[in-house]
Amino acid sequence: MKRKAGSFIVLALVAVIAGCSSKGDVKEGDVAIEDRGTEADGGAVASGAAGTTDYAGYSLNDPNSPLSRRVIYFEYDSAEISDMDQELLVTHAGYLVANPGTHITLEGNTDERGSREYNIALGDRRALSVQRILELNGVSPDQITIVSYGEEKPAAEGHSDAAWRLNRRVELVY
Amino acid sequence: MTRIVKLLLLLCVLIATPVRAALTIEITQGIEGAIPIAVVPLGWRGKSPAAPENIAAIITADLNRSGRFEALPDRDLVSHPTSAEQVKFQNWRMLNVDNLVIGQLDETGDGQYTVRFELFDVFRGKRLAGSSFPTSARDLRRVAHHISDIIYETLTGERGAFNTQIAYVTSNGIGKNKTYTLLVADSDGYNPQTILTSKQPLMSPSWSADARQIAYVSFENKTAEIYIQDVATGSRRKLASFKGINGAPSWSPDGRQLALTLSRDGNPEIYVMNIGNGELRRLTNSPSIDTEPVWTPDGKSIVFTSDRGGSAQIYRIPARGGQAQRLTFEGNYNAGADISPDGRKLAMVHGQGGGYQIAVQDLQSGQLRVLTDGQLDESPSFSPNGSMIIYATGAGNREVLSAVSVDGRFRQRLSLQAGNVREPVWSPFGK
Repeated sequence: MKRKAGSFIVLALVAVIAGCSSKGDVKEGDVAIEDRGTEADGGAVASGAAGTTDYAGYSLNDPNSPLSRRVIYFEYDSAEISDMDQELLVTHAGYLVANPGTHITLEGNTDERGSREYNIALGDRRALSVQRILELNGVSPDQITIVSYGEEKPAAEGHSDAAWRLNRRVELVY
Repeated sequence: MTRIVKLLLLLCVLIATPVRAALTIEITQGIEGAIPIAVVPLGWRGKSPAAPENIAAIITADLNRSGRFEALPDRDLVSHPTSAEQVKFQNWRMLNVDNLVIGQLDETGDGQYTVRFELFDVFRGKRLAGSSFPTSARDLRRVAHHISDIIYETLTGERGAFNTQIAYVTSNGIGKNKTYTLLVADSDGYNPQTILTSKQPLMSPSWSADARQIAYVSFENKTAEIYIQDVATGSRRKLASFKGINGAPSWSPDGRQLALTLSRDGNPEIYVMNIGNGELRRLTNSPSIDTEPVWTPDGKSIVFTSDRGGSAQIYRIPARGGQAQRLTFEGNYNAGADISPDGRKLAMVHGQGGGYQIAVQDLQSGQLRVLTDGQLDESPSFSPNGSMIIYATGAGNREVLSAVSVDGRFRQRLSLQAGNVREPVWSPFGK
């Protein structure tokens, strides 16, 4: 029970941080926030989290910082990360290395095509790809949690190529 | 801390809340050669002017829904006999019905009833079956389904599957207002009962062999966990909560083991868990995706999805461990398999360039047949008598349930009034 309470506080932090940084975010950022910590509102712990920010001039809650980009997109049935996204992940890794007390959850997602449990596995594979790059750049495995939602939490509703493209993603949730 | 307790309480409250929305069934593709039958409204003797349940209508819908029968519309019934001596066979012969069902519903006491029915062969003028069942108001529909089962088995030689249930998942709302619900309903979609509601995804229900428990995946703690829940009482137990994926539970035929997918050792692999003591046995060991295990009815093998060959395909592995053998070769995507109760057929999600349909493969001949024509069909599940497959499909912007006969000739749609319905699993006959 004690451990549960601990992880709950982390979730509460995440929700508060997300709340701070959401306004004026890019579209995918807004959608991501909808998925987060609906039950969490632990305002009391917010200031502690917001204090641990700056890395090389980047702040976690600055909408203009590259760290505000927290969604990596994928091709169909693929877990490959583009060069541009690799660069972005290096920036995130830098932040996480500079702030070893910060924790990140990588949420793997897929589009709706194919069977649901296979998509859970595919979302997991995508999250693992992101994890690998973060770890190769010095992030401690203890800072990272992976969860795959498969096709269960679409960022975009709908059954078009456009919706599917937005749904094949890994969300970086601080 | 108190918040967690509150959430748990809320979850408890949400378990076992009945819902009002019933599934409605619409036959979308009929077949030729259905057996013509007449089901006469049952006679009624009771305190109120009208019977509490229209037994004949339930039986008619059951028989029509099987695709094997075509019931005479009510308006074409020439007379309304309720006992054998009132039946004039020559009248029914003229209507070209092969078989006739009649009966009587009597109120015998406070909320107690007796249902009597008789089935006749019209051309031979012979009584084929008949029975009388004492029952409560609550079980009247169940008795009607039981009568449908008797009629079906008498006339087709196959066991009926009307007195069974389906479990399925619904989602309503979007984004953070999404609610996921796990429900159990009668096989005709009536009497839907919520057994779990959550703000986080619910997935992959699997019935125990005695149809009394359901295993499923819940993300209620923001991570995938496997629970088993008693359907009648709602009491449940967390079975698997390892690091990473805890997915795709499948109950063994003997009820003692659960096949499941875990990624605790790095990537998704198939395991078998002893439900009694939690002991785990790992079955697969490959760097690829291995998931969606299902038991063959003899309990000797497990069929699963793997992309070890480059794309998702179906494989079989001995349940005690050993070499995996590839079963599917047609199409670039085959996943989410179910095995027919006789162990002879494999149903799966089949992708061949143009979307995803439900296909059935004969395990002996290897012959594959695509049964459906949707774009996003998934989650096939055999009826316990092997005659139908229920599955999830898209209809406009919604997910609905459909059922198709195993020969692909007969199809019907089951739709909720609102929201998305998916992951149907047909219950076993139970005990």
